[in-house]
Amino acid sequence: MVKMLEAEELAKDITETPSLLNGKGPDREWMDTPAEFRDGNWAYSAKTKAIESLKMPYARDWSPGDEDWKLPENWKEIISEGFRERLDKFRSFKVFMDICVRCGACADKCHFFLGSGDPKNMPVLRAELLRSVYRNDFTLAGKLLKKFAGARPLTMEVVKEWFLYFFQCTECRRCSVYCPYGIDTAEITMMARELLNLVGININWIMDPAANCNRTGNHLGIEPHTFKTVVESLCEDIEDVTGITINPSFNRKGAEILFITPSGDVFADPGVYTMMGYIMLFEHIGLDYTLSTYASEGGNFGLFNSNELMKKLNAKMYHEAERLGVKWILGGECGHMWRVINQYMDTMNGPTPSYMEDPVSPITGTKFENAVSTKMVHIMEFTADLIKHNKLKLDKSRNDHVRATFHDSCNPSRAMGMLDEPRYVLNNVLNNFFEMPDNTIREQTFCCGAGSGLNTEEIMDVRMRGALPRATALNHVVEKHDVNMLSCVCAIDRATLLALTQYWAPDVEVSGVTELVANALIMEGENEVRDCDLREEPYLGVED
Amino acid sequence: MKIINPLIIVLVLVALAYFGVKAGLTALFGVVIPYIAIVIFLLGFIYKVIGWAKSPVPFRIPTTCGQEKSLPWIKQNKLDNPSSTLGVVIRMALEIFLFRSLFRNTKAEVYEGAKLKYGSNKWLWLGGIVFHWSFLIILVRHSRLFLEPIPGFITFLEKADSFMQVGVPLFYMTDAGILAAVTYLFLRRVVEPQIKYLSMPADYFPLYLILSIAITGVLMRYFIRVDVVNIKALARGLVTFQPTIPDGIGVLFYIHLFLVSVLAIYFPFSKLMHLGGVFLSPTRNLANNNRAVRHINPWNPDIKIRTYEEYEDEFREHMKKVGLPVDKE
Ligand code: HEM
Ligand code: SF4
Ligand code: SF4
Repeated sequence: MVKMLEAEELAKDITETPSLLNGKGPDREWMDTPAEFRDGNWAYSAKTKAIESLKMPYARDWSPGDEDWKLPENWKEIISEGFRERLDKFRSFKVFMDICVRCGACADKCHFFLGSGDPKNMPVLRAELLRSVYRNDFTLAGKLLKKFAGARPLTMEVVKEWFLYFFQCTECRRCSVYCPYGIDTAEITMMARELLNLVGININWIMDPAANCNRTGNHLGIEPHTFKTVVESLCEDIEDVTGITINPSFNRKGAEILFITPSGDVFADPGVYTMMGYIMLFEHIGLDYTLSTYASEGGNFGLFNSNELMKKLNAKMYHEAERLGVKWILGGECGHMWRVINQYMDTMNGPTPSYMEDPVSPITGTKFENAVSTKMVHIMEFTADLIKHNKLKLDKSRNDHVRATFHDSCNPSRAMGMLDEPRYVLNNVLNNFFEMPDNTIREQTFCCGAGSGLNTEEIMDVRMRGALPRATALNHVVEKHDVNMLSCVCAIDRATLLALTQYWAPDVEVSGVTELVANALIMEGENEVRDCDLREEPYLGVED
Repeated sequence: MKIINPLIIVLVLVALAYFGVKAGLTALFGVVIPYIAIVIFLLGFIYKVIGWAKSPVPFRIPTTCGQEKSLPWIKQNKLDNPSSTLGVVIRMALEIFLFRSLFRNTKAEVYEGAKLKYGSNKWLWLGGIVFHWSFLIILVRHSRLFLEPIPGFITFLEKADSFMQVGVPLFYMTDAGILAAVTYLFLRRVVEPQIKYLSMPADYFPLYLILSIAITGVLMRYFIRVDVVNIKALARGLVTFQPTIPDGIGVLFYIHLFLVSVLAIYFPFSKLMHLGGVFLSPTRNLANNNRAVRHINPWNPDIKIRTYEEYEDEFREHMKKVGLPVDKE
């Protein structure tokens, strides 16, 4: 493990080290500045096992820290050919390669730039890393005018630089909000990662979960029997807190609804409390649903690698819906899972199995018109509708020990626009809700600093720098309103924000929204005195 | 270097025109080059746009900048997260005519203890708007040289543009606008450290070029008068394909025309193509109705997935042991 600076030292480093952030730019042009690999700024390469299990090319032992990356001999042709192919397949890519005017509006919008001052973390320069090669290989101006037109040839140094900086972009799309042409650096990063993948340059934290999802259905590689026992043990915890026994069904044919959530909710603290929350909520309303062990991962690590792998992993959802014969799918709290469901799933793996039906809430009768094709509804849309129709018995005061703020996760915000549903839910289940400053929420939200497969330990320095803007906004409401809970609708966030708070804001805990819903639920048949929340923290007023 | 070199190139271009015309090459600079320029501009522009259009849009990937359409009682932000074609048209119109996204711009500042502050920053938006609208209006005003009789709306535009009624000849606001705005756009690339660092020669070049065009234009109009009647004869000759080179047109005009020709030739090969590209940007010109209307990917690949069957085959015994239902006993 790389040794991390203390938070205060890192803050000092960010503020005082001369960089473009504080107006003291480097003298050397970026094209003449080779990428610097140092401990803590690069992620480990994918293990051969994961690559082989996914039947991907060039599985081998290598490390980004090595001089020789053991690429196939014709790596240059492979990348160049892959580049051309993607220009022909993605209009976004082609247009974004051509039209940036380098106005710089995006420059200070990236959390990684704000936490590092590294020029190549300005989205425009991140894109230029690729664009420069595009000009050199595919444009007349680049071929004729070379450096004057911003062109440079593809070399091994360039490939290494790509690796460093395209795995230092969380595909959060914040830059795209401000760009006058909507240039989305996330899209460019996705293309760059596909190109790197073609020659076997991958990181383990993406490929290992992807291989697991493929084989066992979830990213931790939990086999079906264990999956079931873990969920059942969560039900025992529910019983401890509420006195209610719940037996959710698994792989049950004929259920009305299939519920899919990221497996992080099943296995990782504090996601498990959100999982308990779903189970309690569904019990409360008597929902006819089932969980699947085969499609037991909502998250999609393929998104962080290539469109093909994304499709492969996502396909399980409809495959399982068809086998079980459910009417529609309800999806849990997750960020990038919803990027895939909202923007890719229907296109990739649709049309939906023929006997699936337009999603209608069996409790309120509301038809989710916005999801009639994909037939997948977000738990926040579903819950907001329940609350609006008074279908939940809630006691807000049970959350009075919670002073919450809400972190908009990148993908539900900027690839979906689900902004008000979670806020509506939160305001109905707790009394103390406080927004972070305007420029840091909703569509302008800051990334947790470790999305898109970057929440791996070895790049903690990069992550904590990237987490800075979110942490600063959080600390603002901690100081002003004594906020003690950072709520979110994303399973990756529940892991990454925890690292963020531990480092930058140690008194704040992290929760899913449905956990807070369940805390406030007055369940039928619950203990006469329900005196603690799902974490077994006493409700306010109980201790005396 | 990256700041000076493009300036030198523009100065060389000016000198080229000056000495060329002095050497009697008026037909080259007044007829041949403008024709070549317009042909390259048109063909290059069309080639580029067709090139973009030929690549499909496999996925519907709008950047959503406001509340989605979901439940009927939650207010959708129809401008920033449109779900219908009309909504998209309005969103695009706001981008193209008002630079709406740029209007969101903020400036981040870091201070003591790595605290961050985001201030409003609308200067780039203002400079951009003034520059583009001035450019457009000036371009349209120029059509008085090519059209006979002069259409009413041109005269109207000239009146509107000069309503401040300063001096003789009447002073156009857009002339001041373009000079000020281009100067601002240039200065920020020299003064602001981030912008300076990310700029390339190809960012300074068009600014010098346009500034030179504007300066030569302004000189001709307000300071060194040229023979407009003869210039119009030349312009009319070009558009009616009966080119003539009237005598007595000052060299300043030829420099102006040559620089415009260079801009037109340079245009399709440069970032100036953002004019065409902005219309084709998939993060802005698509509706966020993905879950309601299926988007088709023409090259949707066939991917072999791990089926439930394979999965059950691997785990069947374990599954049975914990009472998970299985398809095959
Ligand atoms: C139609 C929609 C258009 C939009 C939204 C748009 C937007 C912008 C923006 C935001 C800039 C940034 C300013 C900067 O980089 O300093 C810019 C620069 C520029 N645009 Fe446009 N533009 C459009 C059309 C045009 C057209 C029709 C032209 C025709 C010549 C044009 C020429 C330029 C030039 C020369 C620059 C200066 C580049 C520079 O600063 O280095 N644009 N445009
Ligand atoms: S905001 Fe858009 S046009 Fe401006 S520099 Fe960034 S990517 Fe380029
Ligand atoms: S997508 Fe996010 S992480 Fe990537 S460059 Fe843009 S702002 Fe930075």
